[in-house]
Amino acid sequence: MIPVGFEYERAETAEHALELLAEHGDDAKLLAGGHSLLPLMKLRLAAPAVVIDIARIEGLSYIRVDGAWLAIGALTRHRDLEISPLVLEHAPLLARAASQVGDPQVRHRGTIGGSLVHGDPASDLAAVVIALGGELVIRGRREQRTLGVDEFFTGFLETAVGADELLTEIRVPCVGGTAWSFQKFNRRAQDWAIVGVAAVALNGGAGIGLVNMGATPLRATASERAVASGAGAVEAASLAADGAAPPSDVQASEEFRRHLAGVLTRRALQECGLE
Amino acid sequence: MRTRLEVNGEVHEHEHEPRLLLVHFIRDLCGLSGTNIGCDTTSCGACTVLLDGESVKSCTILAAQVDGQSVTTIEGLGTVDDMHPMQQAFHEHHGLQCGYCTPGVVLASISLLAENPDPTEREIREGLEGNLCRCTGYHNIVKAVLAAASVPGAGEIPA
Repeated sequence: MIPVGFEYERAETAEHALELLAEHGDDAKLLAGGHSLLPLMKLRLAAPAVVIDIARIEGLSYIRVDGAWLAIGALTRHRDLEISPLVLEHAPLLARAASQVGDPQVRHRGTIGGSLVHGDPASDLAAVVIALGGELVIRGRREQRTLGVDEFFTGFLETAVGADELLTEIRVPCVGGTAWSFQKFNRRAQDWAIVGVAAVALNGGAGIGLVNMGATPLRATASERAVASGAGAVEAASLAADGAAPPSDVQASEEFRRHLAGVLTRRALQECGLE
Repeated sequence: MRTRLEVNGEVHEHEHEPRLLLVHFIRDLCGLSGTNIGCDTTSCGACTVLLDGESVKSCTILAAQVDGQSVTTIEGLGTVDDMHPMQQAFHEHHGLQCGYCTPGVVLASISLLAENPDPTEREIREGLEGNLCRCTGYHNIVKAVLAAASVPGAGEIPA
């Protein structure tokens, strides 16, 4: 399968990428590792007139501790997250989820920024950033803004990043030492999750992110509230699919996905130490 | 546009459309047909090559993205008379049936050992999750990689 023809531009710096975006507007798409965009282009579900390759921008691939936060450059690859001593120490849930994205070849190319900006509800990393209560740093030509993850995913394959903006950094709180769990249900090792659950014990409650339970990556708000008000794992997990609108497709019916969300959330909360 | 790649130690520079995929650069412009196209959807791993030593799926990379980088294909490993240790292990343990997935599996296995020189059987199975063998030959593939792990150089690209 061959993508529709396009013009290729290589951005040398973040400023250069933003200039190119300003010049080409909605006709342009940013390309990092290419493991979300290129499959869409090969299927001709996406046909940008201009592809702006940002993979070589210096200084957008890093993992560092910034106060109480772990700051991750948008071009950081899944493989780097999987083996980073800093991620393993301060956000082991993120390292675990990254180790289950696709397969080794995919993890050698795919980036956390690309994965999040793609906005796929089936994204493992999105659910993790939701569970952890992360923040996203978005840069425009004039200003930089930081959004909480709950404002980031706006619709199916849509995020709050504007057509003239660039996601530069993902921030998650350092939660080393707290209990966490990542539950991914699929039929074959390398597949996307049919349903997944990321959970972490936070401030006496729990952060819970759901994979593939609606048009966007979702927070299991009802389960989180139940945990915060003292409910056990079984009771809290029974509310996991409240408010969700999971798809029915060849992999699973909506009803089966709701069932899975409950089972996986219960397992995740129990692994987090909830009775 | 022009892209210059080092493929198996030789410089290949070609003029092409921006939409050209790495696998087509390798097969059609370099004339190296050992890299197979299987599913063409980033699933099967038949098109796996090493990019600067790491396994990648060449059907999901634009040639333009990797300009200036170094690629190793199955032709860059060994010959029938002088096999790479990984090829030798696949030969000895019958780690193939029809052979279509084999170039990709061999290269993915080298990348696996480069990252984890002493893997368990489970780690090999998980490490090769990105390569499908429709002859269901995984059992002997895993045996071959386990055996290769004890042979010096099995996780390295020949100089």
